[in-house]
Amino acid sequence: MSLSITLRVEARDVELELTVPAGETVAVMGPNGAGKSTVLEVAAGVVPADPGRVVVGGRDVTTVPTHRRGVGLLAQDPLLLPHLSVLDNVAFGPRSSGAGRRRSREVARTWLERVGLADLADRRPASLSGGQAQRVAIARALAAEPEVLLLDEPIAALDVTVVPEIRHLLRDVLADRTAVVVTHDVLDALSLADRVVVVEDGRLVEAGPTTDVLARPRSAFGARVAGLNLVRGLFHDGAVQASLVVVGESSEPIPEGAAAVAVFSPAAVAVHLRAPGGSPRNTWPATVRSLEPLGDRIRVRTDLVAADVTPSAVADLALAPGVEVVLAVKATEVALHPA
Amino acid sequence: MTLPRWVLAPAALGALLVLLPLAAMIGRVDWADFWTLVSSDSSREALVLSLRTSAAATLACVVLGVPMALVLARTEFPGQTVLRSLVLLPLVLPPVVGGIALLYTFGRRGLLGGTFEALGVQIAFSTTAVVLAQTFVALPFLVLSLEGTLRSADPRHETVAATLGAGPTTVLRRVTLPLVLPGLASATILSFARALGEFGATLTFAGSLQGTTRTLPLEIYLQRETDPDAAVALSLVLVVVAVVVIALVRRPRGGAL
Repeated sequence: MSLSITLRVEARDVELELTVPAGETVAVMGPNGAGKSTVLEVAAGVVPADPGRVVVGGRDVTTVPTHRRGVGLLAQDPLLLPHLSVLDNVAFGPRSSGAGRRRSREVARTWLERVGLADLADRRPASLSGGQAQRVAIARALAAEPEVLLLDEPIAALDVTVVPEIRHLLRDVLADRTAVVVTHDVLDALSLADRVVVVEDGRLVEAGPTTDVLARPRSAFGARVAGLNLVRGLFHDGAVQASLVVVGESSEPIPEGAAAVAVFSPAAVAVHLRAPGGSPRNTWPATVRSLEPLGDRIRVRTDLVAADVTPSAVADLALAPGVEVVLAVKATEVALHPA
Repeated sequence: MTLPRWVLAPAALGALLVLLPLAAMIGRVDWADFWTLVSSDSSREALVLSLRTSAAATLACVVLGVPMALVLARTEFPGQTVLRSLVLLPLVLPPVVGGIALLYTFGRRGLLGGTFEALGVQIAFSTTAVVLAQTFVALPFLVLSLEGTLRSADPRHETVAATLGAGPTTVLRRVTLPLVLPGLASATILSFARALGEFGATLTFAGSLQGTTRTLPLEIYLQRETDPDAAVALSLVLVVVAVVVIALVRRPRGGAL
């Protein structure tokens, strides 16, 4: 199911278009108050598109009430119903769509197993930890079999210690789903989304594949949060292997041979004319492509990755397009993530 | 929190003000003749009538008051504030004034009296009038109390329920009402208690016909003139009924009232 939204909410001065191809996840990023949440509220039918259109899988649902849209919502807070058991919270969706009590509970049990909480089925939401509650909320949203899943900062309110596991679970369940995730976290976008759109002042200012937008942002916001070096490849022997091999540290286990991405800041990249002494784990020969001023530094773009150096280093090394250099990055400066 | 000691004195005085009259009344009960006094035909009829009419009035309060509270808490329309104040008017109005207002609405020569008469229904001075009068005075208790509860409930639960496929009626039944259930229960008890004690509006609008409109409070007032012992005995019955009702409704929820 694809999702396409055209909206104009004059009261909030938001006007934009968004299309999510079937099976893809789009991350909506942008500063606070840019209109990110309005996109979800319009998609869910809480706020009218005014004038505009919301189309889910070819079906125009602009005037269809929330409960018949086939959109699931996962918010920052789990919002579990306190008067129902964990199992009945998850069974709420199937029950509402007309399944019997027994059948709904069977479906709910399957989903609780999927999120690893089958043994908490009879508990009350009040007795769960924050991470457990969000897992239940994920199971509940999916048990309703939404055609499109909307996620509003699904990780932002969680304790940092449970963030990696919830992100892992979300990546798992979002793999083949059509979804929109509003986030301000580059890592969320990186690990969950195929594409990123950036919203500023209620307008869409940038859109593209996640790695492109995060590596070469054109919008002001994108540049502030991103501008990172991203290398996509396969994970082998503790490194991401692509046209270059990038050694780094991973926050969660990555299976051997799985798709992964290495992320590091251009400021962490040192530029040398010859292979440096010492032991930076990553050294790559590269050719300088361009130099651009970036505040008090110069961004050196090469055929591989970008490096930020001081103007005096540019002068000392006589850097210019075409110059052959050796780039070096410490492994501790590189974060590896499953992609 | 540690309370300053001096608070205990006025608190004890207040408790005394409530309990002492009750004790004084119980002290005057003629236990030897108690059963005879409360089981006379007129007393039994009054008690049964009171319970029946109060139950009916409470039901009416729930059926009409819950939707009213929902509309007041969850919608916005011009004049809402004024409407809310007017709906709550019976709360501050002397009941006898309410009775007169009802009389000029449903009475034989009232606003709607002619219409009902044409249909062959006479409301004033009937058991229906008792229920109407009780509903009139008890309804604001339920609406006011439930609206407050509804306003403090988190509306995002309802949005999430809708995205899970629940239509407005399902959301109301499975989310909104369960979330405010403790508030609804106490609001219902309040209105039942108010209906049970109704006197002024009933007397004015429904009169005092034995077995038809003479509820227990009216019977007590009447007996006080002729047979004070019977009035005291019946008062005790009313106290016991009130205590039993509160205990019954509170028990299943472990005292979350």
